[in-house]
Amino acid sequence: MMRQAVRMVLAAASLAAAATAASAGEKVVNVYNWSDYIDESVLTDFTKETGIKVVYDVFDNQDIVETKMLAGGSGYDVVVVTGPFLARQIGAGIYQKLDKSKLPNLANMWPDVMNRIGQYDPGNNYGIDYMWGTTGIGYNVEKIKAIMPDAPLDSWDMIFKPEVVSKFKDCGVQVLDASEELIPAALKYLGKNPDSKSTADMEAAGKLLASIKPYIQKFHSSEYINALANGDICLAVGYSGDILQARNRAAEAKNGVEVKYVIPKEGANMWFDIMAIPKDAPHAEEAHAFMNYLMKPDVIAKSSNYVSYANGNLASQKFIDPAILSDPSIYPTKDVLANLFSTTPYDAKAQRVLTRVWTSVKTGM
Amino acid sequence: MVQRTLSSVRPFLAKWALVAVPYLWSLLFFLAPFFIIFKISLSQTAIAQPPYTPVFDGMATLWDKLSQLSLDNYAFLGSDPLYYSAYLSSLSIAAVSTLLLLVIGYPIAYGMARAPKSVRNALVMAVILPFWTSFLIRVYAWIGILKPEGLLTLLLQALHIYGPDQQVHLYNTAWAVYIGIVYSYLPFMVLPLYAALEKMDHTLLEAAADLGCPPLRSFWKITFPLSLPGVVAGSFLCFIPIVGEFVIPDILGGTSTLMIGKTLWAEFFNNRDWPVSSAVAVVLLIILVVPIVIFQNQQKKA
Repeated sequence: MMRQAVRMVLAAASLAAAATAASAGEKVVNVYNWSDYIDESVLTDFTKETGIKVVYDVFDNQDIVETKMLAGGSGYDVVVVTGPFLARQIGAGIYQKLDKSKLPNLANMWPDVMNRIGQYDPGNNYGIDYMWGTTGIGYNVEKIKAIMPDAPLDSWDMIFKPEVVSKFKDCGVQVLDASEELIPAALKYLGKNPDSKSTADMEAAGKLLASIKPYIQKFHSSEYINALANGDICLAVGYSGDILQARNRAAEAKNGVEVKYVIPKEGANMWFDIMAIPKDAPHAEEAHAFMNYLMKPDVIAKSSNYVSYANGNLASQKFIDPAILSDPSIYPTKDVLANLFSTTPYDAKAQRVLTRVWTSVKTGM
Repeated sequence: MVQRTLSSVRPFLAKWALVAVPYLWSLLFFLAPFFIIFKISLSQTAIAQPPYTPVFDGMATLWDKLSQLSLDNYAFLGSDPLYYSAYLSSLSIAAVSTLLLLVIGYPIAYGMARAPKSVRNALVMAVILPFWTSFLIRVYAWIGILKPEGLLTLLLQALHIYGPDQQVHLYNTAWAVYIGIVYSYLPFMVLPLYAALEKMDHTLLEAAADLGCPPLRSFWKITFPLSLPGVVAGSFLCFIPIVGEFVIPDILGGTSTLMIGKTLWAEFFNNRDWPVSSAVAVVLLIILVVPIVIFQNQQKKA
């Protein structure tokens, strides 16, 4: 009896030892990125080339990412974060400095973009741009034309003018559930500093948003992609590439829906999604390899072609589909670029005001 | 000698071990997490990992750090009508839902309890069966039913109740939230009711009938009072989790549905304010626990 038990324990122990040996031999990188944001073949190609398995996890909300990172022990090796969030998280000591000797492909990056990212990550010590884009308006060409032939398509009037947006209520209007996108856009429309952290300014923006709330079907940060593509809604405030993906999906489905994206002439938020490595990343070595791989011009171009977002890799531009490279809604012209704004992180007090204003926009409370 | 002491100690130990299990369970899974949350609710936010201060890191600084705790977050909850309204709206949604569940669940449980013995097990199975599909998927399925181009619209159009250009506008409204809640919680109401009704002695009803009591009256005089423990158990089992419900209003409700679960979410994720969200959670717990304790004490007296 005793001997049998000992034998079983020994057997179990040797099994466990074998299992750990196997997992130690297998190289893994745990990646956390926005949903619908990569050509998945990039991941399989990376595994083929390096033997490192990619465990790929997605989110559609930056707040969840920040909460996970602040809690610690997330287990992720590469996290994609948007500028202001990165700045705040670097301040909280969440990320490790990149070992640039392991990132020779940094030479391919676009100095312009790296400079702009410098406002969040001075010296580019912690992060590398994955993609960048704008937050603007997507619409269903036919339906808008049928309802309002003279619609001010190139302006925030489409969303922020009650007389205009109310016309599209029955057709469906969705807006990102992201206070840090909508409040700056509303501020810009009101002619104020979009990066303002003043309570009065944010409340004024909230008032404007509350006035158009009755015409908005839903505040959601990813549903509008399919809704636009299926023709369920006709107007959305969303991320450039997401709306362009909706356009591509509709074109592929040949369902007669034509989606277009515009950067409103008043100006729009230009944001950067930046890859960084948490301090407690279990596989920092593999994380560097993964980031270096994504800086290969042909690799990141493949992803840009797939997701319709501009990237921060200058050398990749010769591999990018000319239709995308020449599309001013993806790679904006110099004049438009000059009109785009960026936002800085909110401190705890301003963040509370921002969230409170947003809650009152959404619930009327 | 040794043997004798052992044999007398063993049953004593066994008895205490048995009693200790539920206490240990409560200690580990209720009291300990509660104290952690309570402690965080007395802290202040910080941009750090973890995002609050003070963090206890040893006995040496314990007193110094204890003195940094404060009730500020509770005062803050009182200063903004948002929280008060969110609690109130959650409680009223939970109360209405529980009432609906009772009205719908009681006839189902009654029918099951009065069904022939041979089919009862099959009926219980049928109530439990939906649990084999993930809760999340079942709630998502309601989107497919309730959305304007969804199954419900198609059905009503096929039956010519709705014209071809009429659509059901339930999705993203409070109605959808009630439908989702009642659907999801129905088994939790039906099963305790069934357990109470099934145990009932039916000869009591026969005796009442023999003595000339009409069926409806004997239901209110006999069946309902005897099923009260089931009514109470089912109502608690539904009411308490519905108050804190987050998933159903988030998926089916519009943006204007105000519930404490969503408020907690916003505090935790949008504001990254763990202390205030912990305070919201502690107040919610007090709102729920105090009436239950009062109720139990009265039950004991009765």
